[in-house]
Amino acid sequence: MSELTSTVAPPLPAASEKLKFYGLWVAAAIALLLLPDIFSSGGSLTTFSLIGISIIFSLSYNILLGQTGMLSFGHAVYYGLGGFLVIHAINIIGANKLPIPLPLVPLIGGLTGLSFAILLGWVSTQRSGTAFAMISLGVAELIASSALILRTFFGGEAGVSANRTKLLKLFGWNFGPQIQIYYLVAAWTLIAVIAMYALTRTPLGRMCNAVRDNPERVQFVGYNPHVVRYLAFCFSGFFAGIAGALAAINFEIANSAYLGAQQSGTVLFATYIGGIGFFIGPIVGAIFVTFLSLGLSDLTQVWQLYFGLIFIAVVLYAPGGITGLLMMHRPLLKAGTLPKVLPSYLVALVPTAAMIIGLVLALETIVHYTVNPGDDSHIKAFGVGFDAASPYIWAMSVILLFGGFWVARKTWTWVGYAWDSASSAARERGIAT
Amino acid sequence: MLELIVISTLNGVLFGMLLFLMASGLTVIFSMLGVLNFAHASFYMLGAFFGFQISRWFGFWPALLIAPLLAGAIGAGVERFGLRRVHKNGHVAELLFTFGLAFVIEEVAQIIWGKSPVDFRIPPLLDFPAFTIFSTNYPAYKMFMLLVSIAIFAGLLVVLKKTRIGLIVQAALTHPHMVGHLGHNVGRIFMLVFGVGTALAAVAGVIAGPALVTQSNMAGLLGPILFVVVVVGGLGSLPGAFVASLLIGLVQTFAVSINGSLSGAFGPLSPDYASTWLADIWGVTVAQIAPIVPYLLLVLILIFRPMGLLGTRDT
Repeated sequence: MSELTSTVAPPLPAASEKLKFYGLWVAAAIALLLLPDIFSSGGSLTTFSLIGISIIFSLSYNILLGQTGMLSFGHAVYYGLGGFLVIHAINIIGANKLPIPLPLVPLIGGLTGLSFAILLGWVSTQRSGTAFAMISLGVAELIASSALILRTFFGGEAGVSANRTKLLKLFGWNFGPQIQIYYLVAAWTLIAVIAMYALTRTPLGRMCNAVRDNPERVQFVGYNPHVVRYLAFCFSGFFAGIAGALAAINFEIANSAYLGAQQSGTVLFATYIGGIGFFIGPIVGAIFVTFLSLGLSDLTQVWQLYFGLIFIAVVLYAPGGITGLLMMHRPLLKAGTLPKVLPSYLVALVPTAAMIIGLVLALETIVHYTVNPGDDSHIKAFGVGFDAASPYIWAMSVILLFGGFWVARKTWTWVGYAWDSASSAARERGIAT
Repeated sequence: MLELIVISTLNGVLFGMLLFLMASGLTVIFSMLGVLNFAHASFYMLGAFFGFQISRWFGFWPALLIAPLLAGAIGAGVERFGLRRVHKNGHVAELLFTFGLAFVIEEVAQIIWGKSPVDFRIPPLLDFPAFTIFSTNYPAYKMFMLLVSIAIFAGLLVVLKKTRIGLIVQAALTHPHMVGHLGHNVGRIFMLVFGVGTALAAVAGVIAGPALVTQSNMAGLLGPILFVVVVVGGLGSLPGAFVASLLIGLVQTFAVSINGSLSGAFGPLSPDYASTWLADIWGVTVAQIAPIVPYLLLVLILIFRPMGLLGTRDT
């Protein structure tokens, strides 16, 4: 028996692999430490803090969607409740001069998220798939609507605010300036990311994947899929609570928007656009979506429409998200056959870009005529000015849109052929694709 | 009191029938395609806005016909060029696709018709009180809404039970693969069913538009209630959807009209905690919690009957 296990067990990782693995985390920590020295403006510090919060939130969401296969439309409930409890906790701690410093406060948010996940999770996770998605939506609506009714606790429309600087000082830090908040968020992000990565390596993490892939088989093996889903749900609620707490600390306010459908939708977008198949996917997605939502809103009036269109495009054409797309190329890179595909990419890029430009032109023109018809027709979108009243622009946008679409379809078929030949060449060199 | 009961019952049945107009399409689509169309309420909204726009150009009656056809055509297009593509990536991808679609449709409606309510009027032909009970005028338009939804309900029943297409649809509800094996063009049936389902939602939108508020957030307000209906009724069960629609329609309408609260019922007791940290729960009226009643019902159903009222499938 012992012989069998010793042959079946995977080999222990070599020293170089271990070094690489731990080196990665150390490098991440150093990068987080040095980031404010490179980009020291107040705006970029706020952006980094938002990204950190979004990373924790998206990763916690991926425990559900990516690892356990549960699509939730109400994850913001645990985020928001964590935020609200933390605001109240800060107020209580500040008023009673309790010896609890601010860096420990996010834990309160995490525990809040955990307790509500324990409370609501058992009913929610009884079923998976579509039923779970609908139930999560119903529970989210229940909590979000209750928040507007229970005014004493949730503060109605205005929300509840707190002053984070009134707490016990630690090493002379009062957490007033944004730089100190950045370090707080960065530290918690690192801790949470490591914890969530560790969770994926535990037997529970593996069982979650099994429940996602084949719940029936899990039952045969002797596990209860409901319990596994429930546990994953609780962990996910815990980390979402931490993210909500950090957001509340960052803004010093919690309002009903924290719990709302918008927030749940945003985390779903971020996680899915980043890619749910890899651990790093939600991190990429959180960074991408935060930059996008901050950047696009300056460039165009209807940025949310573009946001939705990007999401639909990802669902339709790149179900693996950004990370999935990049990781697809890994075997080709290893086999050295990637150069076979690249020229076809460049060719396909031109009509695709033309199509997108045509779409943007058409959309912005329509927006000019419907949203602000009285304005000057020389409008500016994405930093480029053009005359929305000119028929040339209309003709150009139509030609670019439809012509680009027509040509792009042909070129992408060609990309498909190039991809097939490159991957079969890679297979001949003994690398699985 | 009697007046309240009669009026609320009428309104509740009306709201329930409207819900069923949408829930029926949603249920049939779910049973056949296996995908819960998250954007279903968006087609209801599209119906209302199309109805508004067309009734401005040509009048209400053409709008009642053209708007659902337009929305149905868009729905069929969504199935043909969108859902069929993501089908190979599984049900989660399909649900996410319709989620993104709902988001985009709301944004587009906001761009075209703005964020504030549009002025969608009741047609003058129906703008009179139908009858008076207990000194309350009941508008004729509401009776018209009720009649339209009952007529469509009856029509749907006849088509499903008496025609060949209905037979295939019914068969596909329980045995979609078998229907495909028997040589029917399942792809076309799916497209047709999706188109008809979204058109039904659009009919609900056109007739509800003038009575309720036509606004770009109407899909977001009604969508979750619609999903509560199909989960409470039992996913994929048409009779269940009917019962749940009426139940939720009635419960919500009655809740709105009841003005009682805990402090009203147990006022004289007035315990200490009632004026401090429990003040919200103590003082809130039933009418105020009416919006969350459907969701409370959902949680109760999930605890005591996770399959839904008449559901059989565990999906």
